[in-house]
Amino acid sequence: MPSATNENEGTGSPEVPQEEFVDQEMADGEFEFDGEIDPNKIQILPGASEDGTAASFRILQEDHTLGNALRYMIMKNPEVEFCGYSIPHPSEAAMNLRIQTYGEVTAIQALEKGLDDLLDLCSHIEDEYRKAVEAGDYSTVEP
Amino acid sequence: MVDYNPSQRNLVGIEHDRVTNVSSTDFPGYYPGEDHAWNLDKFKENFKIQISYLTDLSSSFDLLGVDASIANAFRRIMISEVPTLAIEYVYIENNTSIIQDEVLAHRLGLIPLKANPDYLRWFKKDDPDIEPTDYDTVVLHLSAKCTTNPSAAPGTTDPKVLYNNANVYASAIQFEPQGRQAEWFPDGITPANPDILIAKLRPGQEIDLTMHCILGIGQDHAKFSPVATASYRLLPTIDIIGPPLTGDLAQKFKTCFPKGVIAINSNGEAYVKDARKDTVSREVLRHPEFDGRVKLGRQRDHFIFTVESTGAMTPDEIFIKSVQLLKKKCQILRKFNLRT
Repeated sequence: MPSATNENEGTGSPEVPQEEFVDQEMADGEFEFDGEIDPNKIQILPGASEDGTAASFRILQEDHTLGNALRYMIMKNPEVEFCGYSIPHPSEAAMNLRIQTYGEVTAIQALEKGLDDLLDLCSHIEDEYRKAVEAGDYSTVEP
Repeated sequence: MVDYNPSQRNLVGIEHDRVTNVSSTDFPGYYPGEDHAWNLDKFKENFKIQISYLTDLSSSFDLLGVDASIANAFRRIMISEVPTLAIEYVYIENNTSIIQDEVLAHRLGLIPLKANPDYLRWFKKDDPDIEPTDYDTVVLHLSAKCTTNPSAAPGTTDPKVLYNNANVYASAIQFEPQGRQAEWFPDGITPANPDILIAKLRPGQEIDLTMHCILGIGQDHAKFSPVATASYRLLPTIDIIGPPLTGDLAQKFKTCFPKGVIAINSNGEAYVKDARKDTVSREVLRHPEFDGRVKLGRQRDHFIFTVESTGAMTPDEIFIKSVQLLKKKCQILRKFNLRT
């Protein structure tokens, strides 16, 4: 039986009144992993073009999971001339992402658009999946 | 060699010694005059989810209309980044069994626990000043002592009859609620499968230990992975080109595929009944009589996912969490202001 999925994620027990441990940001649906975000999570590497249309970013603690998905979404932007990612060494948890645009938008804008588009895509997939589970149009035994 | 025919663009070609047309080409600028820019509405139109089956422990569902990079991201997250609860610290008071301390501790760590990881906070392992609290640590206890059974008939050799508690199963693990955990976990924290054999004892041997369980992710240690496995395959396609196959040739064609893939209709012609059942062994490509009469392929944007849970969460919960985790990764990056 599919379980009723709990909307409150990671706020501690939903049944027990949450006093001092309520993280308001979490309750609002915004996530903060551990509450601590590394300020170095994403940096622009030196060598970006003057007008910002070409830049390389170094993202820590990420790998192909986000890298390939983000690269695909950024490539879907017609303003982007080039987008590629690489993992300089598998022992280091870092990922380099390079974006070059045709000139109308900056690389940072293209990155932000790619992230927004990926968020929209994930939201839609989540909604559709929940709907499909609710609809119940499937077998509940393994064939 | 890229096939520019729009109907063929989605197909990965499978030859007897190679695959063709593997990468997705739906980027703007690839096909002149066509618009492949990201469009949420167009995506919503083409995207479909079909669930084949969903039980407490396993599920198979289809994702249509996504790219491989997204499907792979979900698969990777399900395996390595969805948090679960597992035994991490084992404090051994007494272990006179034949299983070494570290081997026993390793086995205990691998036992999947039926616990909703949303109810717990992360425990910062690296900080030596932080003490475990009821918010982030679950305490379990295991105590087993093996004794001889005086009422066993003489001559029996079955250890289950001869001894009491010769086999220590995961059902012997007891939950010790700390602080408010009795309210949060009214059903207790139990192993997902009570029949897991932890150790074998003989009379006089004893195991007495306390375990601390914390949240973790599969990337850290495989014991934290919520899935036995999560995998996907692309939907196979079989095209019979040219004149239909009849008679003996049709029968032979049918035997080249698993049962149920090819059927013979009333005219004696072979047709593709259910390509989904095909395992793409390419057996048909080994026979010269079918040269040029069949084309094998896979549909590049149709993913058949199979998710097998270890018991901590249901497969639908795991998939939803993996989608939410990908969203969270994007949200974290989005918050940065890079324009300084």
